Amino acid sequence: MNLSLSIAKTHLLAKPKQTIVAMLGVTFGIGMFITMVSLMTGLNDFTEELTMSSTPDIRIYKDITQERPSILEEVNPDGINLVHHQKPKNESQKIRNAFQIAELLKADPEVLGAAPQLSSRVFYNYGPVQLNGVIAGVDILEEDKLFDIQSHMKEGNLQSLMVSTNGLIMGSGLARKLNAKLNDRVVVTTPGGFTITLNVVGIFQMGLGEIDNIKSYASIQTVQKILEKDPSYVTEISIKLIDLDQAKEKAKSIEATFGYKAEDWETANSTFLTGAIIRNIMTYSVAITLLIVAGFGIYNILNMTIFSKMKDIAILKATGFAAKDVRDIFIAQSLVIGIVGSLLGLIVGFVLAYMISLAPFDGGDFVSMDTMPVSFSPVFYIIGLVFGIATTGIAGYLPSRKAGKVDPIEILRGI
Amino acid sequence: MKDIILKTQQVNKYFYEPQPFHVLKSIDLEVYRGEFLSLVGKSGCGKSTLMYVLSTMDTDFQGQLEINGDQLAGKKQNYLAKFRNEHIGFVFQFHFLLPEFTALQNVMLPALKLGKYSKKEVEKRAYEKLDMLGIKEHAGKLSSKLSGGQQQRVAIARALINDPVLIMGDEPTGNLDSQNSDNVFSIFKSLTRDFGQTIIAVTHDEEFASNTDRIIEMSDGEIIN
Ligand SMILES: Nc1ncnc2c1ncn2[C@@H]1O[C@H](COP(=O)(O)OP(=O)(O)OP(=O)(O)O)[C@@H](O)[C@H]1O
Ligand SMILES: [Mg+2]
Repeated sequence: MNLSLSIAKTHLLAKPKQTIVAMLGVTFGIGMFITMVSLMTGLNDFTEELTMSSTPDIRIYKDITQERPSILEEVNPDGINLVHHQKPKNESQKIRNAFQIAELLKADPEVLGAAPQLSSRVFYNYGPVQLNGVIAGVDILEEDKLFDIQSHMKEGNLQSLMVSTNGLIMGSGLARKLNAKLNDRVVVTTPGGFTITLNVVGIFQMGLGEIDNIKSYASIQTVQKILEKDPSYVTEISIKLIDLDQAKEKAKSIEATFGYKAEDWETANSTFLTGAIIRNIMTYSVAITLLIVAGFGIYNILNMTIFSKMKDIAILKATGFAAKDVRDIFIAQSLVIGIVGSLLGLIVGFVLAYMISLAPFDGGDFVSMDTMPVSFSPVFYIIGLVFGIATTGIAGYLPSRKAGKVDPIEILRGI
Repeated sequence: MKDIILKTQQVNKYFYEPQPFHVLKSIDLEVYRGEFLSLVGKSGCGKSTLMYVLSTMDTDFQGQLEINGDQLAGKKQNYLAKFRNEHIGFVFQFHFLLPEFTALQNVMLPALKLGKYSKKEVEKRAYEKLDMLGIKEHAGKLSSKLSGGQQQRVAIARALINDPVLIMGDEPTGNLDSQNSDNVFSIFKSLTRDFGQTIIAVTHDEEFASNTDRIIEMSDGEIIN
């Protein structure tokens, strides 16, 4: 094997240009793979974290759209009943005893926090223009425990929401659209026709367009007033757990205990999570395609090398080299190309990913960021190396085996 | 009683392309240890073909082949490769060297493959062989940069490197001037006399042939003398 390796080395060094071209094929494939995976995963992780930090692990609410048996079925259970297009009942969305439920949940050791709240769709009036949005009525300190709003405040502070009646903490995107500054007044109308003037006491930025552009926080009392409801009217309880992965189980048990619908984050964010999976599939398929192309390049170059070395192979065999020795010579060549090419590819990929992570990038309305988020997980580098060496190994094995089977006599006689 | 080093029984070989052709016809041959043998015959009579069979490279024939007491007909390729490496040195009709390697490396390779001596010793031995053939000063040159005659002498040195019991040459002096040709002849002579190695050489040179121990003459695939 040692001898085969040193012969392989001589062959590689004798044709440096060809060797470098073959290596560059692998380098390019692996480098692109690393860059793409780093960027895609960085983006996925970034948005996932944003989404996770702004959605509750479990959300409890009253599901009034649930299928229910029609009245006809209730009075005539054995008959053949036909009811078309049954509408939901005009039920209140109120969660009874929401504050007691929240207290009970807070006592649970698996629960980090539970915040009762309610929300209302509203129109923000900006002169003649009306902007769609939502106002959430929350206990701001409890909400802060769950979603760390304090650290996302751009102006004002949380406490002022508690001291001022009709105070409002507004999403930054929304504030920009409304041209609203701290202490400005905003007129808000509900779909029910109720109009109220609110004070902007703070501006927050969660970093996610779909929240910052539409959402404001107010106190529970303020929103109850907007909706013209009684002081016990609460439609939702947000829960954060100690362990995120327990959400599915916990949601089931909460549903069973309290009789309200409990939705875990995985179900709530299922579109987002499928999106991440699809992005990963795309990344890997493009990278694998690149590597296969590089593999074909190596296959071709090795085939050419072997074809031009037929005479040499015949001499080696005539002087006592066995098929295995000859095969090893060419496998060694492809492995050297594969290993060196892959390592270079890892470096190229790292440098590219690092440069991308430094380049300024504006996320626009969608997400707020200054540079592209890039992941530098070592797992990708291991995968890249294994992929690179495996592809070149396979691409090199087939022609090498052929080289081992060359019949020296045919070559020697054919001259 | 002379010691038989190579023996064939009823060796027959056919080519089927482009037309069926009986190239070797019932070859019965006995070669003794320490013999310097020359094989002569018209061009195209089958000398090279017979040499390839005797050298174990060509296995596509009928009949028996025994070298150094070993029955070789029907043996596996890997076994034959090892056998060649150890026991047979071959000089091709068209001197074949590996172009990317130096003259010295070309001579060393079969010995490194054999692995009997350390690399240092192999190198020393390779230098000795090159010196013997008068091309020591070209040892470091790439073999593709050597003249035809120089290449042929490197090929002879390579055939000798493992001290094989049997050395076969297909017109080993075909490209050499008379002085070098005489030198090679005397080297061959001394190998057979002093070291008991056996040499079979194909030649068209009548003077070369007449000085060997025995001449075998071929015609149309048969040994006639
Ligand atoms: N691969 C082959 N297929 C078919 N016929 C072949 C093949 N190789 C050689 N022959 C034929 O076999 C015969 C013997 O060829 P060989 O090379 O043994 O001749 P030779 O005696 O060595 O001649 P020379 O002295 O010119 O080297 C020739 O007639 C040749 O045409
Ligand atoms: Mg010939």
